[in-house]
Amino acid sequence: MEQQILTLYDWIVKLSSSNLIALIVVITLPLVFLMVYALVAILGELKISAFIQERLGPMRTGPWGIIQPVAEVVKLLQKEDITPDAANKPLFNMAPFLMFTAAYAGFAVIPFSSHFVPAGINLGLFYIFAMGSLAVIGLVMGGWASNNKYSLLGALRSVAQIISYEIPAAIVILTIVVLASSMNLQVINANQGGWFWNWYLFGGPGTAWKLIIIPVTFSMFLLYLVASLAETNRTPFDIPEGESELVAGYHTEYSGMKFAMFFFAEYANMFVVAALISILFFGGWNSPFGDFMNGPIWGVFWFISKSFVFVFVQIWLRWTLPRLRVDQLMGVTWKVMTPIAFICFFAIGLWLMFN
Amino acid sequence: MKKYINNIWLGIYTVLVGMKITIIHLFAKNVTVQYPNKHPLEKASGDKMPMNARNRIFVDMDLCNGCNGCARACPVNCITVQTLKVVPGDAPPLKNGEKRGLWVPSYTLDFAKCCFCGLCIDPCPTEAIKMTTEFEYSAYDRKDLFYKFSTMTDEEIQQKKELLANFQAEKAKKEAEAKKAADAAKAAEAPKPETGELKIDN
Repeated sequence: MEQQILTLYDWIVKLSSSNLIALIVVITLPLVFLMVYALVAILGELKISAFIQERLGPMRTGPWGIIQPVAEVVKLLQKEDITPDAANKPLFNMAPFLMFTAAYAGFAVIPFSSHFVPAGINLGLFYIFAMGSLAVIGLVMGGWASNNKYSLLGALRSVAQIISYEIPAAIVILTIVVLASSMNLQVINANQGGWFWNWYLFGGPGTAWKLIIIPVTFSMFLLYLVASLAETNRTPFDIPEGESELVAGYHTEYSGMKFAMFFFAEYANMFVVAALISILFFGGWNSPFGDFMNGPIWGVFWFISKSFVFVFVQIWLRWTLPRLRVDQLMGVTWKVMTPIAFICFFAIGLWLMFN
Repeated sequence: MKKYINNIWLGIYTVLVGMKITIIHLFAKNVTVQYPNKHPLEKASGDKMPMNARNRIFVDMDLCNGCNGCARACPVNCITVQTLKVVPGDAPPLKNGEKRGLWVPSYTLDFAKCCFCGLCIDPCPTEAIKMTTEFEYSAYDRKDLFYKFSTMTDEEIQQKKELLANFQAEKAKKEAEAKKAADAAKAAEAPKPETGELKIDN
């Protein structure tokens, strides 16, 4: 970047003249955000599902049931922590924490604002994608170690799912990298500054010639949206944990705190992919209206609200679509999404060559 | 190839249609009534029961003609109807103007047995048995759920029974007399046709 901006880290170092305090603050802030976000998302899921079915949802815990997620977390904390006798204990106990660690590690490179990103590494996009795939290892570990057919089937399905959706998702991300010529999420965000037509959804910044690639970027957005649903194991791709087929899939045997970890990891993953969509296609922390409400603090607002829109879309889709079969997922990802992703990649490359 | 592209288009389009439907429902009015806080019959909560609400059953004894249709329809046999024939001219007509043919000295409905299927409502010819909108009637004792609908007092029943017995006795007497008279007449008239026949024969 052309000039060194004063990040939150630098600012705290200046205030406290201690690197340690700044590090701890920078590391803890996403965790605090994640905890608050998870509570909001659980309540949102309960309420949105209820409203879509014309119910009211939880109403008794606090005014309009807003303390319900707290009650659920307290309930999960109190529950007995059961490890089945036949389970592979070290793996069984490690799986939920690995999964949560992977989900939380994704937060390390998410730029919340132009002045705040926990780790502004140059391979941010690559790293976040790697961490998203690491969560599947925790999932397979849990499914295998439970020593339960349903868990194992869920784990196997999730492996089948990951090799299907990762390829189109990776190609779409590569296409964005080609467009932005950087893997640093902060740079990708900064590229999309100004008005909303500079977003990569609308072809990124450029002359009127970019109108040609708008259909391509739109289809890239759709491809990544579908792949992100598969990545977070949510309907219509909740094949590894389909209640009606596999009890609860890979977390059938888990209870109490370990189950809560899986739960948190799922919601954290939801936010990571939603954040990735908003960074890659919707300008991240940039205001949609030029300099209106733009700045480091407003950036947090824009980034979080854009991400929440996609969390909402995920919840919305959950109550719209039924679950796909495994072969249908394979068909969609291999026969439709992968070729289209390749075509998009080729088209963007061609366009950049002649531009 | 055409089919392939058409399938992709349909896949996207139908998902959008589904999302449109769910978003309409997201902003539609909720149907839930917060029951213990709000009664479903309050103005604020819609002022009416759901279409198939199953509540306490009430029998209007001024309309009941004692046909026993409800008791026969009941799958758990919780309704028992006892009837008594009406002496002609003694009974007022039913509320809907029909002639009353039977007194109903005892009509009981055991709500402890009742399964609230509503099958007793349909066969009633005079619409005497009805679902009310009352549903908060749990009791501490099972006996309190044994409902007696008949409005007749014991004395009335006794009186009507006697009346009927007298009437029947009278009727039987009359019939017997009539029969005797008829027999006598028959006996008196009996020879004539024989003679007639004989005459014809001859």
